[in-house]
Amino acid sequence: MRVPIDWLSEYVEVDLTAVELSERLAMTGTEVARVLHHGPVSADNFVVGKVLSAEQHPDADRLRVCSVDTGDDEPRTIVCGAPNVAAGQTVSVALPGAVMPDGTKLGEAKLRGVKSSGMILAEDELGIGSEHDGIMVLTDELSAGTPLSEVFAVASEVLEPEVTPNRSDCGGLYGIAREVHAATGGALSAPPWADDPGAPTIGQMPAGIAVTVEDAVLCPRFTARVFENVTVGPSPIWVKARLAAAGQRSISNVVDITNYVMLVSGHPLHAFDLDQIAGAALTVRSARDGETLTTLDGEERVLDADICLIADADGPTSLAGVMGGSRSEVSDQTTRVLMEAAVWDGANINRTSTRLGLRSEASSRFEKGLPPEGALEAQAMATALMLELTGATLADGTLDVGGDGAGANVIRLRDARIVSLLGTPIERDRSQQILEALGFNVTAADDGLDVTVPHWRRDDVTREADLIEEVARINGLESLPPTLPLNRTGRAGGLSREQRLVRRAEDVLVGRGLSEIVGWSFTDPEVCDRLLLDDDHPLRALVVIENPMSSAQSVMRPSILPSLLDAAAYNLARGAEGCALFESGSVYRSGPGEDGMAANEHHGLGAIVTGPAREPSWADPQPPIARIETAHALVSAVLGALGIDWQVEQGELPFLHPGRTAMIRSEAGLLGWFGEVHPGVASSWEIAQPIAALAIDIGRAAAEAPRQTMFSDLTSFPPLREDLAVIVPAGVAAANVVACIIAAGSPLVNRAEVFDVYEGEQVGEGRVSLALHVDFAADDRTLSDEDVAPLREKIVAALKSELDGELRG
Amino acid sequence: MIERVAEIQEQAEAEISAASTAAALEELRVQYLGRKAELPQLLRDVAQLPPEQRGEAGRTANQARQSLEAMIDAAAAKCEAAEMSAALADDTVDITLPGSPVEAVGHHHLLSATRREIEDVFCGLGYSVIEGPEVETVHYNFDALNHDPAHPARGRSDTFYIEGDGEGPEQTLLRTHTSPMQIRIMEETPPPIALIVPGRVFRRDSDATHTPQFHQIEGLLVDEGVTLADLKGTLLAFARSIFGADRELRLRPHFFPFTEPSVEVDVSCFMCEQGASPEGDRCSLCKGTGWLEVLGSGMVDPNVFAAVSEHGYDPDTHQGFAFGLGIERIAMLKHGVPDLRFFYENDLRFLRQFG
Repeated sequence: MRVPIDWLSEYVEVDLTAVELSERLAMTGTEVARVLHHGPVSADNFVVGKVLSAEQHPDADRLRVCSVDTGDDEPRTIVCGAPNVAAGQTVSVALPGAVMPDGTKLGEAKLRGVKSSGMILAEDELGIGSEHDGIMVLTDELSAGTPLSEVFAVASEVLEPEVTPNRSDCGGLYGIAREVHAATGGALSAPPWADDPGAPTIGQMPAGIAVTVEDAVLCPRFTARVFENVTVGPSPIWVKARLAAAGQRSISNVVDITNYVMLVSGHPLHAFDLDQIAGAALTVRSARDGETLTTLDGEERVLDADICLIADADGPTSLAGVMGGSRSEVSDQTTRVLMEAAVWDGANINRTSTRLGLRSEASSRFEKGLPPEGALEAQAMATALMLELTGATLADGTLDVGGDGAGANVIRLRDARIVSLLGTPIERDRSQQILEALGFNVTAADDGLDVTVPHWRRDDVTREADLIEEVARINGLESLPPTLPLNRTGRAGGLSREQRLVRRAEDVLVGRGLSEIVGWSFTDPEVCDRLLLDDDHPLRALVVIENPMSSAQSVMRPSILPSLLDAAAYNLARGAEGCALFESGSVYRSGPGEDGMAANEHHGLGAIVTGPAREPSWADPQPPIARIETAHALVSAVLGALGIDWQVEQGELPFLHPGRTAMIRSEAGLLGWFGEVHPGVASSWEIAQPIAALAIDIGRAAAEAPRQTMFSDLTSFPPLREDLAVIVPAGVAAANVVACIIAAGSPLVNRAEVFDVYEGEQVGEGRVSLALHVDFAADDRTLSDEDVAPLREKIVAALKSELDGELRG
Repeated sequence: MIERVAEIQEQAEAEISAASTAAALEELRVQYLGRKAELPQLLRDVAQLPPEQRGEAGRTANQARQSLEAMIDAAAAKCEAAEMSAALADDTVDITLPGSPVEAVGHHHLLSATRREIEDVFCGLGYSVIEGPEVETVHYNFDALNHDPAHPARGRSDTFYIEGDGEGPEQTLLRTHTSPMQIRIMEETPPPIALIVPGRVFRRDSDATHTPQFHQIEGLLVDEGVTLADLKGTLLAFARSIFGADRELRLRPHFFPFTEPSVEVDVSCFMCEQGASPEGDRCSLCKGTGWLEVLGSGMVDPNVFAAVSEHGYDPDTHQGFAFGLGIERIAMLKHGVPDLRFFYENDLRFLRQFG
């Protein structure tokens, strides 16, 4: 909404500059997005002129040489190109020295040899509409030399407030004026609807028109008045100038009146050509599915049963609360006008305008929910203007279906409650003054005030807390002391254990050189195909968005891997040789989740490393390329930091290299996987090099991590370390060799670890040699060779019998 | 004999003092103290002396030997140290070459780093950090938070809904704010409570200043006697922790459905003095206003308590404040990131600048 200060000043005294006023409004709850300027920088040197004569220019067919009285001693000569300029007209003149809206300063100029000292103005030259075909002709009562700013608003500062959705009353200038009054103390004039020329007719039905409202929920109030002997024509210049400053195009006097009244009262109206209402009867009803209506903008709208419309005997003729229909539009031929001021259900109007993609000044006001009383206020103001500007007569009768809204609410505002909510007192007199300035009725009570809520705040102010907000915002929050609350929760606060462990896991990856990304939760459903998922793969149970912004963002990601691949592809395409990335975030599957969650969400920690496992350097020019063991080491680091016991298990995942896929198993089940991305998947992201990847359900891992570590004595009796080299058939998993050694060496072998792997002639075809450190230890004595020797024999025997293994050399 | 010992000692001491290398000292050790040297021989010969002479001669020879030994050891140690110093002085490398192997430390994403920083401020104030589901129901996201049933934010043009058979309050959607956790927590935990909820939220908006997913931190403190002044003090502490100890706070009245009164919170700009740079130019960060809008907040609306009254929250006795801030916005303000898109492009050249 645009609020020209010049126009606003008709309703409230404004002593501040536009910028000061916007700051004051911002500090009392009405944000002002911008302060604009409409028209010339200043109204100086714009005056009324009288055209004394208009002669053909001797050297130019399309120019006239005019003699114009601008109130000076002598008439001045002005050359004018407008076809309609004629002697006897009263016009607006820019004198030399005037600064036009585009910033050019007018001087005296010779036009085809004739000196012109001024300019007779067309509307567009002052920013009023786009009319340039002819000059503005003013009423003859004005005397020559009168400053033009006394005739209409030549120049005005314009505020663009951002009205919050609870303040439907601020959809009009008078509502803003009330705020200005309360915020600045500037005197407020009586509302422009205070005197209703049609007041005596309220309650009678106007002759010749019948209205039926079928649904009082969709239409809580419908009022109408009938105007006869209407002359449709252009609006006077002061109306056009005000509408232009407020950002509205002038159309005709009747239509302009509906817009003018809406801009002041905040209540939209609609004017029908009464003679175009078939059957002289209107019905407010729900549309039928598929019913059509051509709106004022010429579009044919297809309606549905939730849309409310106004129909006549020939069918729909207006889209209720949103836009009129072209069939009953007011035209130059109109002589009888039915003025409608109604109230519509806000939610329904919002739905209709969204559904039809049609937002109008009317719908944006109605969807906030307007009070029924506003309809008659708008009628009162429109009636006065119709009588004044169109020569109309008001037919007897004001149709009113629905009547006023619910009775006024009275709320007790306790002084004590103000202190307890704000933390600082506000004097009772001050509260009263503020509330009265905002239009509330206030009477004294024992412990505070009894406050009656005006109808225009009926939906917004319903409780004591709402009143406290009113008082606090106008009184100002600058003086509020900053205090800290007593934290009486009895809890220390802080991160939960799981949150600390998730941070630890993330820190481990950062410490290992990985950089964190933040990917999109949205993804393309085709990601399932790119991941080579079978048709019935569980990851295909996608959470699907009903109203996505694009198909590429139409489902929630079922895995953390794709966003990592996106980021890797992005960086590789920009010259990175490799990258090491991780992400910590939600992944989603459909179906109910744990603890009453609407979907099956879990917190995933994923990482990929591609290219060199670490950055090359001058002393380390060719570091190894990241492979499955890189991912394995990262998993070990993360789960090790969390103190989780886990094992590697053979697995099968469609998006991983089938020979390089490992599952992470702990006592509680599978915690994730690691491996190398399937080359077919990688190529879908246009990555041609191996990608080591891992994913851990970190939420679950953190929940499972041991709560508390208890001391073990690992120093009093140091272990005895032996190295074993074992030759086993290729295909025997290293983990099995380790497990076999630990089982056979029980209870004194507590650790066995592979430190070298060798394949080659010396160990024979189809066999592989593993070298292991084996630690023997007891917790009550230092072991000797005599303790270890028999166990060693047992281990060798077990390796032979269970794995066809033999000691090397 | 005693005279001979003195002669040997004198001569040896002179030669040891003159020796300058470890090798020369080793030679002297063999020459004077070796098996075939004269002094040890003299010591062995003591046994052949008359008994009355043995005591003094033995003592003298022994002392001489020990003295020379100590002298050689000390000189040798000194020589070795000097030789090592000389050798090390020659053994130089270019210390300005980069470290290797490169075990670069990675980076937290700026959004995560900022989230942690804010979390830590409120942890210090005694708040618990709570996280909640991103797929929510209409009930928790709107109804229970006093959202008008006709509020446009509920519309299909503003909020992402999930396909499925849920209807009405049970219809599922992507949460549009972290506020649903206010209700979920109050259902589980009786007052008093003090918590923050960081997390990802979604709105159907995509332009220069909006991305359809972004990150918020919601705060909620409920007890008896909590005031708007307490909210101001709390947010002042937050602002000073994040933006600097000199910051001031400004509350502007506003409207949010779930708070009453509601305020927008501005922090004094940390790049300028009241809107003007030291050179007198209009500050580009605060656009010359001297203030940065950082978050929305207010006193919890009584209707929100009414929705959880059966869990111990009484609109007549309990008061609280709630606030919600955008992590992206805080990160952009604090680090001068000019465009939201940087956060989601995940360009390594961006990621490596932070965290």
